[in-house]
Amino acid sequence: MRSLIRRPAAAVPHDPAPSRLGYRYQRLLLTPGFRATMRIGVPILLIASIAGSHFSQPENRAALMAQIESTKQRFQQRPQFMVKAMTITGADQETMTRVIDLLPKEYPVSSFDLDLEETRRTIEALDPVQSASVRVGAAGTLEVRLTPRVPAALWRDGADLRLIDGGGIVSGTVTSRSDRLDLPLIAGDGAEQHIAEALALYAGAGPLQERVRGLVRMGERRWDIVLDRDQRIMLPATGAVAALDRVIALNDAQDMLERDVVVVDMRNAQRPTLRMNEEAVAALRRVNENITTNGAGN
Amino acid sequence: MGDVYDNQRAMRQMRKAAMQRGVVAILDVGTSKIACLVLRFDGPEQFKSVDGVGSMAGQSQFRVIGAATTRSRGVRFGEIEAMQETERAIRTVVQAAQKMAKVRVDHVIASLSGGRPRSYGLDGALDVSGGMVTEQDISQVMANCDVPDYGSDREVLHAQPVNFALDHRSGLADPRGQIGNRLTTDMHMLTVDSVALQNLFYCIKRCDLELAGLASSAYVSGMSSLVEDEQELGAACIDLGGGSTGISVFMKKHMIYADSVRMGGDHVTSDISMGLQIPAATAERIKTFYGGVVATGMDDREMIETGGETGDWEHDRRTVSRAELIGIMRPRVEEILEEVRARLDAAGFEHLPSQQIVLTGGGSQIPGLDGLASKILGQQVRLGRPLRVQGLPQAAIGPAFSSAVGLSLFAANPQDEWWDFEIPADRYPARSLKRAVKWFKDNW
Repeated sequence: MRSLIRRPAAAVPHDPAPSRLGYRYQRLLLTPGFRATMRIGVPILLIASIAGSHFSQPENRAALMAQIESTKQRFQQRPQFMVKAMTITGADQETMTRVIDLLPKEYPVSSFDLDLEETRRTIEALDPVQSASVRVGAAGTLEVRLTPRVPAALWRDGADLRLIDGGGIVSGTVTSRSDRLDLPLIAGDGAEQHIAEALALYAGAGPLQERVRGLVRMGERRWDIVLDRDQRIMLPATGAVAALDRVIALNDAQDMLERDVVVVDMRNAQRPTLRMNEEAVAALRRVNENITTNGAGN
Repeated sequence: MGDVYDNQRAMRQMRKAAMQRGVVAILDVGTSKIACLVLRFDGPEQFKSVDGVGSMAGQSQFRVIGAATTRSRGVRFGEIEAMQETERAIRTVVQAAQKMAKVRVDHVIASLSGGRPRSYGLDGALDVSGGMVTEQDISQVMANCDVPDYGSDREVLHAQPVNFALDHRSGLADPRGQIGNRLTTDMHMLTVDSVALQNLFYCIKRCDLELAGLASSAYVSGMSSLVEDEQELGAACIDLGGGSTGISVFMKKHMIYADSVRMGGDHVTSDISMGLQIPAATAERIKTFYGGVVATGMDDREMIETGGETGDWEHDRRTVSRAELIGIMRPRVEEILEEVRARLDAAGFEHLPSQQIVLTGGGSQIPGLDGLASKILGQQVRLGRPLRVQGLPQAAIGPAFSSAVGLSLFAANPQDEWWDFEIPADRYPARSLKRAVKWFKDNW
């Protein structure tokens, strides 16, 4: 008789054995290299592919860049980082206006936008400035401290009168010699390259210093000192200071330069030569003749 | 035989490779269960020099990181009968052990309990003519052993040099470097059915595993359950398994004899099943819960319900007294032990200085077996449990696992076998450089 109660079909005894495929799969999963790949390699690959597909769209990339930019801006525009004013110290009015042109015009500005090193370099590139220090000080102030170039001489360059310092660097111009009477005047071709020598000669001029009108570089190798009354001391290319000392000694002993001497030629140390002006020569000749005649008469 | 030699050498190479990787599996294919242990070789003694076995019999080299057992299928008398079934069982157990170990194993060392093992004692001699004994001489003297014709359908499983003698001095463990005239050796060779071996080999190959070693399960259970002095003085290990009972005799720490009786616990179960007209599964359960070999008056009154699901009330409500059960079990156990006795007598076990007998294997858990065994096998009988190894789960420390544990020891410290020595010079290929070197040495 067919049973009235439905029973499940006789259960097949469970076989605990894994199938060949399952067994191989298990073994694959237990392989250390494969495990490492699955645990690290696959997630990294997944993340990289998702990110890659997202950012392959240009608008997504732009949005990301904008996001980064705005975050950066917000951070940089915090009040702690803002520079509100500036101070410049240690320079005259003219230099200061030129420096101000190099600094940002509008304040406040973020200190991230200031390139202090670059600013310092441009300021130091200015002629009248020897060195500068630029820093953002307390209370958000841009402090520029300038050390101006100290001119050591006036250099006549063609029609211009330039201020020049000991290193031969021009720091400005003056309109007339009378503006800076305290500085020696230097002229001649290649004079600006030997400022130190010229200054040494000027310093060594001693008692003659009031009389010095200027120093002239001759033939780009030696100096002439021009005194008032159109007197000229021609110095050798080497040992110029010693030669000048000899001239000063001669002057002290014999008041040489008070006389009608036009040129004191010291170019040859063995043979210092004087040139007198024509009237003096004529007078001297006259006197000599008188002496000769008188003597002959005696 | 050359094929076996090369095979065994290849397996030794594989074992080395497995040691390099640090993970090797142990597979004990028995008749009633298949056990798999996963060993990790990272113990503190792993890199110690190989001067002797080391402390703790070498088992501190490794620890068990995975263990699994499953009911064996398709195996009878320790031999594989249904390949597909056994393969599935091996897959089950290997997968479970791997899962516990959380590592993949590729190399497996297996044991074989069936295959009708047969022992041979060989001896060989070599004239070293007053020179120093070299490694080459040792392999040569072993190659000189006259091998009996053990049949073309059998393979050599173990060939261990047991003893070396140099002139009149015998009992040398290592004659290398000694000076004498005539070197002789005694070798113990164990052969098994090549078909059984090939089946096991094939089964393991089908599971994507590499065979890194093979051992007789009688030998390895002796290694794990005999203590050191028993191995030294002489003892026999009786491994009462499911389908076969392995016998191994040890002397001076070498196996000198091995055999197996093709009867075991499964036969006891089938006796109970037939005698009580109950299914084999019930018979197995009754045997393990209530079995014994010595009946007492109490056992007459202890009734066991056999149960059943036939629908016949009378049939399903049958009971059997424990004395009856013992009455069925005892003759079979006695028969097994008598057979063991006969094999030991044939092997000349009574001539050993110490005649300790150690019972191990799942069958040795029958209550009262030691009393029965001492009546049949002699007075010095004890029940043996395998050595403790690190990491072995609690469920796997019983005597049923002595061959699995022994295999682990075998994997860690295999005894020198014939193929572990240098290849004798005349086995080299004709154009070998070593052969040329030997010719020069001999002629100058």
